[in-house]
Parts: sequence; C-alpha cells; structure tokens
Amino acid sequence: MNVTLKVWRQKDSKSKGHFETYKLNDLNPDMSFLEMLDVLNEKLIHEDKIPVEFDSDCREGICGQCGLTINGRPNGHHHHTTTCQMHMRHFEDGDTILVEPLRASAFTVIKDLKVDRSAMDRIMQAGGFISVHTGSAPDANSLPIGKMDAEDAFDSAACIGCGTCIATCKNSSAALFTSAKITQLATLPQGEIEREKRVVAMVDAMDAEGFGSCTNTEACEMECPQEISVTNIARMNFEYNRALLLGKK
Amino acid sequence: MLNAKIPEGPLEKKWKNYQEHCKLVNPANKKKLDVIVIGTGLSGAPAAATLGELGYNVKVFFFQDTARRAHSVAAQGGINASKNYQNDGDNVFRHFYDTLKGGDFRSREANTYRLAEISANVIDQAVAQGVPFAREYGGVLANRSFGGVQVKRTFYAQGQTGQQMLLGAYSVLMRQIGLGHVKSYNRHEMLELVVIDGKARGIIARNLITGEIERHSAHAVILASGGYGKIYYLSTLAIGSNASAAWKAHRKGAFMAGVSWVQFHPTCLPQSGDYQSKLTLMSEALRNDGRIWVPKLKGDDRFPNDIPEEERDYYLERKYPAFGNLAPRDIASRSAKEQIDAGKGVGPNKNAVYLDFRDAIKEYGAEEIGDRYGNLFRMYEKITGMSPYKQPMMISPAAHFTMGGLWVDYELMTTIPGLYAIGEANFSDHGANRLGANSLLQASVDGYFIVPVTIGNYLSNDIRTGKIPTDTPEFDKAEEDAVERLKKFVSINGTKSAEYYHKQLGKIMFQHVGVSRSKKGIAKGIELIKELREDFWQNLKVPGGIYEVNSELEKAGRVADFLELAELMAHDAYDRDESCGAHFREEYQTEDGEALRNDEKYMYVSAWEYTGYGKVPKLHKEELTFEVVKPSVRSYK
Repeated sequence: MNVTLKVWRQKDSKSKGHFETYKLNDLNPDMSFLEMLDVLNEKLIHEDKIPVEFDSDCREGICGQCGLTINGRPNGHHHHTTTCQMHMRHFEDGDTILVEPLRASAFTVIKDLKVDRSAMDRIMQAGGFISVHTGSAPDANSLPIGKMDAEDAFDSAACIGCGTCIATCKNSSAALFTSAKITQLATLPQGEIEREKRVVAMVDAMDAEGFGSCTNTEACEMECPQEISVTNIARMNFEYNRALLLGKK
Repeated sequence: MLNAKIPEGPLEKKWKNYQEHCKLVNPANKKKLDVIVIGTGLSGAPAAATLGELGYNVKVFFFQDTARRAHSVAAQGGINASKNYQNDGDNVFRHFYDTLKGGDFRSREANTYRLAEISANVIDQAVAQGVPFAREYGGVLANRSFGGVQVKRTFYAQGQTGQQMLLGAYSVLMRQIGLGHVKSYNRHEMLELVVIDGKARGIIARNLITGEIERHSAHAVILASGGYGKIYYLSTLAIGSNASAAWKAHRKGAFMAGVSWVQFHPTCLPQSGDYQSKLTLMSEALRNDGRIWVPKLKGDDRFPNDIPEEERDYYLERKYPAFGNLAPRDIASRSAKEQIDAGKGVGPNKNAVYLDFRDAIKEYGAEEIGDRYGNLFRMYEKITGMSPYKQPMMISPAAHFTMGGLWVDYELMTTIPGLYAIGEANFSDHGANRLGANSLLQASVDGYFIVPVTIGNYLSNDIRTGKIPTDTPEFDKAEEDAVERLKKFVSINGTKSAEYYHKQLGKIMFQHVGVSRSKKGIAKGIELIKELREDFWQNLKVPGGIYEVNSELEKAGRVADFLELAELMAHDAYDRDESCGAHFREEYQTEDGEALRNDEKYMYVSAWEYTGYGKVPKLHKEELTFEVVKPSVRSYK
C-alpha cells in the first residue's frame, strides 16, 4: 500500500514546528505504525536527511513509552490501543496521515514526536506509593484481601502511564492517570493509613504541574489503552472531599 | 584464580552466616557514601530505592523517559516463591533443586539456594507495596504451577505480573526520589565506566536530550542494565534493550560468564517481513491446549485447514510422547527450528510452525477455549489479522532471556572491586537455562535483599575516603574515549544505517550461535561477525550531530557493542564441547537427539577476560562443586 505522511518536525523545545510531507510506497499492511516510521527513517537516512525522532520501547503495548497523535487522535482511530499496536491494515491505500506528538499543556515537545512527560512522575513522587521500606513487610497472607477488591485494585493498577488520557482531554487533565493510582491504593487495606494524605498531595501536585481540570467528558476512558474506567475519577473526588471533611488538608 | 567467596557452613546457613559477619556502615557514615545505579528494572529500581532508604546518596541512570518503562514491565507469567501456601509439599530446598536442575547443573549451589531462601520475602514486600496479586475468595493469595514444576509456587497478577512488580518497585523509587534520597537521571546513557586504582569510581554518561557528556563519581557502581537478547535483533525484548553498560564494564576488566546461554521462547509470532522490529511473545499457556504441527510434505502450500490429518506431522507429540506439546522451552524451540530448516516451515516466509486449536475447540467448544485464551487470541488477531478460532496460529522461536552476563561472586560483585551486577545483567543463578517465573524473582532478590547488604561490606572501607573528585586523569581519559567514539560514529559518513548492521548481525547470530550450534557453524559465524564489524566501521552512516537528540547515534553505540559481544558469545559456544541447558551443540547429542552433557570436562562456569579489541578473549574457569545435590540427567521422553 501507499501512504502520504504529514509529520510534525520540530528541532527542539524552543524552536517552532511545522509539517513535512513524505510519501511511502509498497508498504506491507501487516507492519505496525511504528515499523512504518522505521521504514520512513531508513529512507530519510539514505536520502541524507535527518530521521524523525519518536519514542518507543517494548512495542507490545505494555511499557507506555510510545504515543503519537495520528489524524488528530492519540494513537489513531482505534479505541483502547497504544500506537505500537496500530497496524497499517487499519488504514486505506492512498491515505494521507497526519502524525503529531502527544499534545498537552504539561507535555513539552523535546524534538519532532518526542515529548517530555516527566510531570507524571512528579505526581507519583508526591504520593503514589505506600510508605514501606524494604524488609519491614509482614507475611503476605497476614492481611486477607477479598478477591473482588484485589481485582478492582488490579484494574486501576493496570495503567501504563502513557499519557493518552491527558492528550485526549480537551483540558489536558491528568485526572484519569492520577485517580487510577489513588483508587488502587485506597481499595487495598495496605494503603488505608496514608489515604487522606496521599489524595491531597497527588491532587495538589497535579494542579502544580499545570494539568487542567476534569470536566467529565469521559474522552479519556474512550481512548485509554488499558480501558481504565472514569469511575476512578469519581473515587478520587470522593477521597479528596472526604479528606477535606476530615480536616486533613 | 576466580574466588566466588562462598561463605562457610552448610548450604542453609551460608547466607545467615554471611549476614552475621559482614561489615556494616553506620547511618551517619552512609550519608558520606555515593552509589550509582544503572537501570530501573526489577533489580535496579529496588536497589536504588532500598539504598536510598538506608541513607546512601544514590544516583540512578536510565535511557527511557521514566523509570516505569524498563523491560521487566513486559514479563507475563509470574514470580516463584517457595512459601508453601498451597500445602503441596513445597519448600526452599525443592525450589532450589528445581532451579539448579532447570539450569542443567551449571550454576552455584550457594547462590541458587539463597535465591529460593529469600523468595518468600519478595512476595511479602510486593504485597506491602500494594501489588495486586491474584487472590482466592477467602482473601488469601492464589498460586499456580508454572514451567513444568510439580508444585504451585507461582504468584501472579493476571498476565501482567512483571508490570505490577515493576510498578511496585517504581512506587518505592518515586518515594525516595521525592524525599531527595535518590536523584534520577532519565534519558541518560552510560558511555564509560571510570576505574581508579582498580576500583569502580564513576561513569561517563550522555544526556540524550542535550547530548552533553557528564561525569558522575561514586564509591560504588551497580549495573542493573538487563539482558542482551536484543543482539539477535528479532527478540521479545524492548527496542532499546542493550548490552552497552555491561560491555563497557567488560572492556574495563569485568569478566563475562556463560555468555552464549540464551533462552529462546518457542511461542512467539513469526517475522512477517524485513521491516519487522520485534517478535511478540504469546504466553506459553497456549501449549496446554494447542497442538503443534507442520505439513509432512516439504513446501506444502495448501491452506492449513485443507491439509488432512494423515499429512500432518505433530512432531512434538511424536518425539516426546510423555510431554508432547508441553516439552520444555529449549526442546520446543529446537524442534521447531529443525522443521523450519528442513523446509517444512509454514506461512508466507516459511519461518513458522502451526499451533492448532481445532481439536481443543472440538472437544471443549469455542466458548470454553475463549474463556481460557480469549485475550491472547484477540492479541494475535490484532497483530496478524487472523483468527485462531478459524485457522491455526503461526509461531516461531525467538531470543528471550540471557542466562549469561557479568561474572559475579556471592556478593554480586564483578571482578572489578566496587562494581556490582544484578538482575539479568549478571550470570549467576540460572545456570545454562532459566526456570519459568524465576526471572522476576532473581531481579527482585538481587535488588531488594542482596546488594543492599553486600555493598555495605565493601563500602565500610570507604567511610574516610571522602567525595571522589571528577577532575582526575581517569575521568579525563574516560570522557575523551567516550567523545572520540561518538565523533567516530558521526564522521564515518558511509551508506548504511546502524539498524542495517543490527539486522545483519541478528541473522548471523540466529543462524550460527542460536537455538542449536555446531563447531563448524560457530567458526563460520565468527568470520561473518568480524567481516560485518569491519564493514560497520567503514560504511556506517549516522545523520545529525552529537550535542542534540540523536536516536541514530544511540543505536550506533549499542550496535557497535553488540558486534563485539557477538564474537565473545561465539567463542563461549565454541569452547563448550557439550550440550547443556539452552546450549545445544549438534555434535553432542544422544541417539534420540537429546542434549549430552559432559560433567567430567565442563562442570565449570566459563568466565571471559577482555584482552583487547578483536583479540581472542582469555578463558578463566570457575569449577562448580556440588556438595548437596548430585547432578542428574534431564529426560523428557
């Protein structure tokens, strides 16, 4: 198949970006979207041009490092997928495809399609953990946890930290990402002790990093590769209000 | 002479003895000591966090954008721990024995025993962090049997155990970073190890955003940089996984051991074209109900469903009637390659075998099979566009885990004092083959519980040393070397990309130092590697410059190191005239085609010393003595 690409090129975080047009012919529909970009880069290297910078690592949908805006939508037109799991067979022969970085107010473009998502790490540093140090853990079975609670916690914990939810949101809100961790740890008895402190610290960090507010459009859930539910956001709001009522802020 | 520094006493008391007698650093002195950790996978993140908790000044370096990306995240199956929660007769000794036997008696008794001994603590630690392992209705932890062992000792979190274990470690690391005990350097790559007076004292790193070259000193350096299976280009590993940190240490004097021992996973998706960048792993669980076959007729192009029963060769069931399709990973991988090499491979590229669910669907119904494997079938269909409900899956073996790595002693210290290697980066516990669900365990045990203790024994001598300065001739030289190499890459200005060389190298390695090897084949491989390496330094093309974001420059550095490591792997495979574990030498097999081990001559760990670029490495032998266990012969007939 043949496609025309319009790819966002930006030299560094301080420069202005623009679209460049590239044509690729004889692509195999079985190749992944990122492998198609590999082919483009190989071509650019041969033409003495600078290849397109983009991030990826595991290429099996679990590490969260890839992520592109394809035709205006994070990870393309399929719901619940990472960019590495998009394949060319999902496009038509002759298509023109617009490729941009993940866009969000708190994400800076580093170069071309690479973005800085370290603000997400800083939210985690504020409280996305249980304060337990190595060696101090009691026997794992000393704290029974209901099967359903464990499964609910897993569903929240499955977040891969890719930033799709943030890039999809018209407000660039990190609510789904932040709430998934808050919910996981609030669901488990191990997380109970720091429950109020955690939600307040993480929500404050989210605001300090410049992420927008959640206005409940639920677009994040539609696109999340791990299908993290917006009920996590409801839980976060509950936990936050509860902490305020208990005078923990 | 290599000294593994195994503590005195009976097997079950060695670790206790060590801990009772090793030297300690008092809390006030820990503040004066700096430690560098390379990598944030399931050994690096725990090591950095735990050392931070203890009060050391820690710097952690990794090439990804955040610590949570490290490739431990992709481990699916589970993590072993001999807690005996199932009351099925499990205990530390059995776990130790299964690991030793799985490794075909090519690992140290003392290290392997310690792995099993500490396993229970890892589960406790993970649960305390909030890792949501699978549970029973009563609220206790669930276990399953994995990798052909007879007890249920594997803990799991759906098919994402690695992700959940890693995120647990990431969370405690984030806490230490937030508290200021650990400083994190994301998008940084280690380019050189700095050795001063024979001791590891720091690194040269490149900031992958600005391209700046940085000097970082420390009293000790820990490499937790993972395995090097990506040397085969097509593998189950992440695109960025590499051997560079380990190789740089090797060049500075750290021995590498058992480097040719690589586990190939039999159930991966086959390569569909030259553009392919990785081979996705499909869980081994599929072999519980799927039947593996190839057409009896060479080059049979018919649609699989049209090939009648009597013209199919269910070769695993035929050759290994007792285990059939559940034969161990190395046997399943080797048998698949034999069929493919014999011209019976299937698919458009004739590089796969069928894994067929037709009979299972007939017996249990599509719904039941969907309940068991639905998510895997969806994943397969997502990638290939074909439904396993309607036609057999196509699978092929791919490089997965490297048992070999930097040689370490009982304290996980390499042959360079003050340089430690943990997790997949070292060679230690798995011998010649790794037992399923032991890799997450080994990484965790090394990072949480071993290196934070053993490093104190070494650092106790450094409490009066003071800060290590970075304006020394050793740092000057290391930085110069690093920069010179980068300049070389961008100045060759040839015609071929780093990716091209990596792909070529992968083909050579798969063919000559892959699933099965022969003396003649390996010798040919060495020749081809040398030719390719020469070509690389003549015709490589790296666009762009050094002081900017430049992925091609990063790739070139990694491929250059792979091109050297490849030759060492070949030497290691060439030297070992026996078949053991994942190392299958065609000359050494029984009449039935089974691996033939040679305990009389090869009951040792091959530890290789670097002797110079392109020179034949020097072999050192660490003899293995088995005091408790008597090595037996593996049979799956």
